[in-house]
Amino acid sequence: MPGPIQSIERAAAILRLLSGGARKMGVAELATALGLPKGTVHGILRTLQHVGFVEQSPDTGKYQLGAALFHIGSSYLDVNELRTRALNWSDSLAARSKESVRIGTLHEGQVLVVHHVFRPDNSSQVLEVGALLPAHASALGKVLLANDPVDQLDPARLTGFTPATCTDPDRLRAVLAEVRSRGWASDVEEMVEGEVSVAAPIRDRRGVTVGAIGISGPIERLCGLAGEDAGTPRAELVSYVREAARAISRDLGAIPW
Amino acid sequence: MTTNTRDAAVSHRYIAAIDQGTTSSRCIVFDEAGSIVSVAQKEHRQIFPKPGWVEHDAQEIWANVLDVVHGALQKMSITVHDLAAVGITNQRETTVLWDATTGEPVHNAIVWQDTRTDQLVRELAADGGQDRFRARCGLPLATYFAGPKIRWLLDNVPGARERAERGEVLFGTMDTWLIWKLTGRHVTDVTNASRTMLMDLATLDWDDELLAAMGVPRAMLPEIRSSAEVYGHATGTLEGLPVASALGDQQAALFGQTCYAPGEGKCTYGTGSFLLLNTGEQPVQSANGLLTTVGYKIGDQPATYALEGAIAVTGSLVQWFRDNMGLIASAPEIETLARTVDDNGGCYFVPAFAGLFAPHWRGDARGVIAGLTGYITKGHLARAVLEATAWQTREVVDAMNADSGVELTTLKVDGGMTANNLLMQFLSDVLDVPVVRPIIAETTCLGAAYAAGLAVGFWPSTDALRENWHRAAEWLPATGDAADALRDKGYRKWKKAVQRTMDWIDEDDE
Repeated sequence: MPGPIQSIERAAAILRLLSGGARKMGVAELATALGLPKGTVHGILRTLQHVGFVEQSPDTGKYQLGAALFHIGSSYLDVNELRTRALNWSDSLAARSKESVRIGTLHEGQVLVVHHVFRPDNSSQVLEVGALLPAHASALGKVLLANDPVDQLDPARLTGFTPATCTDPDRLRAVLAEVRSRGWASDVEEMVEGEVSVAAPIRDRRGVTVGAIGISGPIERLCGLAGEDAGTPRAELVSYVREAARAISRDLGAIPW
Repeated sequence: MTTNTRDAAVSHRYIAAIDQGTTSSRCIVFDEAGSIVSVAQKEHRQIFPKPGWVEHDAQEIWANVLDVVHGALQKMSITVHDLAAVGITNQRETTVLWDATTGEPVHNAIVWQDTRTDQLVRELAADGGQDRFRARCGLPLATYFAGPKIRWLLDNVPGARERAERGEVLFGTMDTWLIWKLTGRHVTDVTNASRTMLMDLATLDWDDELLAAMGVPRAMLPEIRSSAEVYGHATGTLEGLPVASALGDQQAALFGQTCYAPGEGKCTYGTGSFLLLNTGEQPVQSANGLLTTVGYKIGDQPATYALEGAIAVTGSLVQWFRDNMGLIASAPEIETLARTVDDNGGCYFVPAFAGLFAPHWRGDARGVIAGLTGYITKGHLARAVLEATAWQTREVVDAMNADSGVELTTLKVDGGMTANNLLMQFLSDVLDVPVVRPIIAETTCLGAAYAAGLAVGFWPSTDALRENWHRAAEWLPATGDAADALRDKGYRKWKKAVQRTMDWIDEDDE
């Protein structure tokens, strides 16, 4: 057995210092507290920043704990609690959109369906809670990947399901960047031909994305039919999805936006 | 019903429902499709002066109700003028007495779970048995109902009886208290009145023999009205808003689940759980420990009656597991913990914390955890806690099938615990019927909103309301010989565990 790895011990010490209070710390402060050269501390901070465990304030240059730590920490929202808190709003979304609703979280690079509301037409449907969906080919998955501080994109898993599935990692990264900036994602016949899904992020009080909520259904109902709207999710449905996501986020304590 | 106090130019786009519950008060605003557009909620204090005693501060509840109504409006950036009406649904049987002049309660409200009337109820039962009033009011003598609670307050609050006889002290369940605070009218609805043990189910009026037996003066009682009509218009910060429905919470859920035909029923999973079955325009007497109650009454139409199976402890067992045992941080996490194991490990939990409700009605029972071995972990206990809700439902369904002579073919469910997929699947497995959740799990509020909306013409008819009912989730029972054997064995063990709860309380127990 090799002994403890010095740089990991030092990284842990830095994280422990940053978790000591609400305050942010600069490189010099951290170096003094740990009795280490500034250069060493700076190197460790850059690595921690790269994996999302610390963040640097653009104004002061000081460091604080990053979102990725919260994501993997014990404060991670229990999926059964997420479902309970989202119940009313997912029902409302199904009623307004007249489509089925799913809530998903990331699970080892795939989307785990944690809640499912039937399409409200009283037809026979099967509860899909517990099912796994491909992240790169579903709107839920794109929202989750786009807002995930830890890059879980595995180029080896970009299976093509239809001609429309995005299997190129670089192109997918560009799509995810757009999803992140506009606040919602769609999948237009990328998982199943003729089917479309639209999703938006659910955030908690720290602004961490804890899940995604979305609707899915046939392209004829979810997308515009002619002209430049063809193959684009209808604005009205997108707004319903985003309103539901905001309402759940608000209930979880996210700052209203 | 129109009103000259409201601006006719404003479109009344929404209906609000106030749900004055056991642990919190909520306001939900609904649109015409019956979808939720806004929710606000506030918890109130649970006051425990002695073991078995539970009280609420009625003034605190009133303040919270105003807060949540305004809170729900603010969240949507709408005003009271956008509301066509407000409906009220409430924790049933919880009893408050107040001064008619000052509006101050003369004592904390006595909550339905409170067992302080145990002795009083036993005395009343000594003369004619537990079922001596059942033919008249549909209920067995039990601590839960409002009549004995009124009697206790009259006997124990100095001067209360004399003042009540002069009409200076008024009685109300929570619907009455809120309507009085909102509009100044002293009224209740038939469903809430049917939980007092003081109303004749046939005449839907206070019954002199029952009043005499219980020692309650008529002068303190509210007028009994239908469940859906404009009782009055609000004054104060909600000026002009029609108060247009009142239903006990379980009856409201029956109404919200659109169980408008005889034979339709639902089970609501909350603190306790309540299975109600619409029995049409005639009350059906139970031979199997169920309650006969009024389901609802819309304006001048005849009343619809229901059979009710009441289970005292379901969701509250999960809360107990969280708060008293500390094994989970939040109630939904019980599903996570229960899924760490594949079965209950032979462990059964009968939560007879305040005796057993339907179909046993045994006040002398107390809770047991049976089948404990060294193998049992907290995961097994979590399973047993969830399964207790399902087995208790099975007992009530069996009683309902026997009384009504009709086999249940599907169970419509609602309430917060329907978010628990493990429980819903297990429920379907032990009942051996599909379990269906409608698209609005908040059927209690929805029912109050529906009734208020019918009263003011926001919705035209119950047929229009049925159009809003849609299946949101369905759990199908496991089938096959192995599933049947597992179900039968589980039920046999459960019944043995139930036997072990009985005859625990002795004469010298407080």
